[in-house]
Amino acid sequence: MPDTGDPGTGHLVAVVAVAAAITVALRAAPFAMSATLRSSALVADLARHLPAGIMIILVVHLLSDVPLDSALVGVRELVPVAVTVAVHLWRRNALLSMATGTASYAVALALVPG
Amino acid sequence: MRQVDLRDALRDVAAVGPGMGVLGTSFGLLVVGSGLDWWWAPVFSVVVFAGSLEFLLVALAVAGTPLAAIALTTLLVNGRHAFYGLSFPLHRIRSRTGRVYGVLALTDEAYAIYTAPPATSLSGPRILTGQALMQACWVGGGTVGALAGSGFGLHLPALEFVFTALFVVLATEATVAGREATGPLLAVACALVAQLVAPGEMLLVAMGLFVALLLVRHRFSAAREAARA
Repeated sequence: MPDTGDPGTGHLVAVVAVAAAITVALRAAPFAMSATLRSSALVADLARHLPAGIMIILVVHLLSDVPLDSALVGVRELVPVAVTVAVHLWRRNALLSMATGTASYAVALALVPG
Repeated sequence: MRQVDLRDALRDVAAVGPGMGVLGTSFGLLVVGSGLDWWWAPVFSVVVFAGSLEFLLVALAVAGTPLAAIALTTLLVNGRHAFYGLSFPLHRIRSRTGRVYGVLALTDEAYAIYTAPPATSLSGPRILTGQALMQACWVGGGTVGALAGSGFGLHLPALEFVFTALFVVLATEATVAGREATGPLLAVACALVAQLVAPGEMLLVAMGLFVALLLVRHRFSAAREAARA
């Protein structure tokens, strides 16, 4: 994460407030939803397909910080991602996958610094 | 609260609590590593209480991301929570205040733990105690991490990857659960197009495009089924 300094308390308060309000609204929504909407085909379709796509977009966004001036740096970032996916498909244990992925990133950072 | 409820809640949470504490600690380290004061960690975790989103919020806030993009990201990243209420046993909680907290603390973990057993076997106090214990692990871990980070100047560059790894795990889980490749491939395409066309507003463009494509696809498959019938 780049350290870009103090983003300002006012902006942070606004970020926390906006995120909290939307999260609460989302968690409460189904209890307020009508029965017709609850069983609609569109809701079911989005429930099934939205999460994976959104998470994938976030991963690409997180990786987009990587400078592409050296192929080696690209490999350094992508190999730990591949390790995380592989360990997760193998054991399905989130903590283990994250720990292994992060350990492989530490090794990659030591091998390809900068 | 009866003692049996506390005992059951402790048992419910035993599998996920330690993990939430560890992940919370890395969240706390991220908060101070990003240049924020340590107390932002408990503020985020008490007020927002949405693990994976909190990591993102810190990164986005520090980068000065506009509120509109933060709102859309929250809507889409936590959009899955809008489906949790469909099966969460909120009706087992009797008191009004209890129900409010039950909804506020309806995280992935709470959903996973309390929709698995039959609702009739769950008491309201047991569910609420479990949810409160999980939040305590998360807030506690975050506070410890943030204090350790600011007190000892603990800075581990490799730890930044914990955050990427979390989303890689969530993406893998969700892709396997979705049981199809078209959606994930569409998402990759949307992300790459957005990165090329609008690198500054990548999240907004990619997520908007992806939702639009899903809606169009739904429309087409519904029309096809109507034509067949």
